[in-house]
Amino acid sequence: MNQAKDAKKSIVKLTAHGRNYLYFGLFVAFIAVSFLLKFEPGVEMGNNFYLFAKDMVLILPPAFVLIGLFDVWAKRETIEKHFGETADARGYVWSILLAATTVGGTFVAFPVANALYHKGARYSMIMTYVTSASLVMIPMSIMEAAILGPRFTAVRILVSLPLVVMGSLLIEKVLLRLQYRIPEVQNDG
Amino acid sequence: MIALYIVTAVLVAVSFVVDRHKTLEGIKIGVKKFRKILPNYLKLLILIAVVLFFTEGLIVKYLGQENGLIGMLAGMLLGSATMMPGFIAYPLAGVLVERGVLYMVVAGFVTTLMMVGVLTYPVEKEYLGVKGTIIRNSVSFVIAAMIALSMGLVYGEVFV
Repeated sequence: MNQAKDAKKSIVKLTAHGRNYLYFGLFVAFIAVSFLLKFEPGVEMGNNFYLFAKDMVLILPPAFVLIGLFDVWAKRETIEKHFGETADARGYVWSILLAATTVGGTFVAFPVANALYHKGARYSMIMTYVTSASLVMIPMSIMEAAILGPRFTAVRILVSLPLVVMGSLLIEKVLLRLQYRIPEVQNDG
Repeated sequence: MIALYIVTAVLVAVSFVVDRHKTLEGIKIGVKKFRKILPNYLKLLILIAVVLFFTEGLIVKYLGQENGLIGMLAGMLLGSATMMPGFIAYPLAGVLVERGVLYMVVAGFVTTLMMVGVLTYPVEKEYLGVKGTIIRNSVSFVIAAMIALSMGLVYGEVFV
């Protein structure tokens, strides 16, 4: 009852937040009705939704607790030294290793990259990190090698990593030329 | 997955012992960030569920092209537009290879599936900014093409 009220209020105010929750409510209602009436497309979409939602529900809460801890503990100087302007090439290796061990792939890598950036990491490092998070995740790569063969996985990883670092440097150049700054995600909301 | 929980629990415990106040502060920051972004993740989940429904059939239908380069491009476009968990994408890729779909086509599909996220835009733009997101995905698309072509060379599917 209260939720319906809130949803109504948010239409009036048209806050992005409220709208998203409203869409979500409508979607859930559609899926529920589909399951009741055995409406095949709706049922299938519901199953697709469950597939991803299940993982996110389990992974995101601990991931955000870790991000919060990182925020209070990580010293700006440390991040700048290893991932900032003065960092050497080892920073890219660290970025890739961090990516390989990031559970949840890019879904988790985006907020982590944002946190790193606001602690002083440079563009090329966070772009290397985010992009390799979708390329070298260890459990995924093992599965790939088992199904498509180790040669496929080896070529994919060996070809992609140097390209990812070069691409990240290029992205950095473009963003710096645009004098771009990633907006801070406010903590109050 | 269990490892993530163990690592989180251990770090929270250690952090708590060292500085109780700071730990609570950190957890509070994490919870706030999470609450702020949650509706965007929900939007993302809806998008994925709907798009996946419409594209699953297309993937099997269009990747078996005679022409490798066109197949590769089709794979890359479908891979960019879709998202799949690995445990669905790889068995599907395995089936495609068995049906005789070229490795470079499968590589184009699988690589863009992971690297280029049109659907993840609602979340990515919050953390990398609109420009950052667009540029990163464009560069990733080009890199994915290079990976697919290298795969074609390694498996002897394209000749230069």
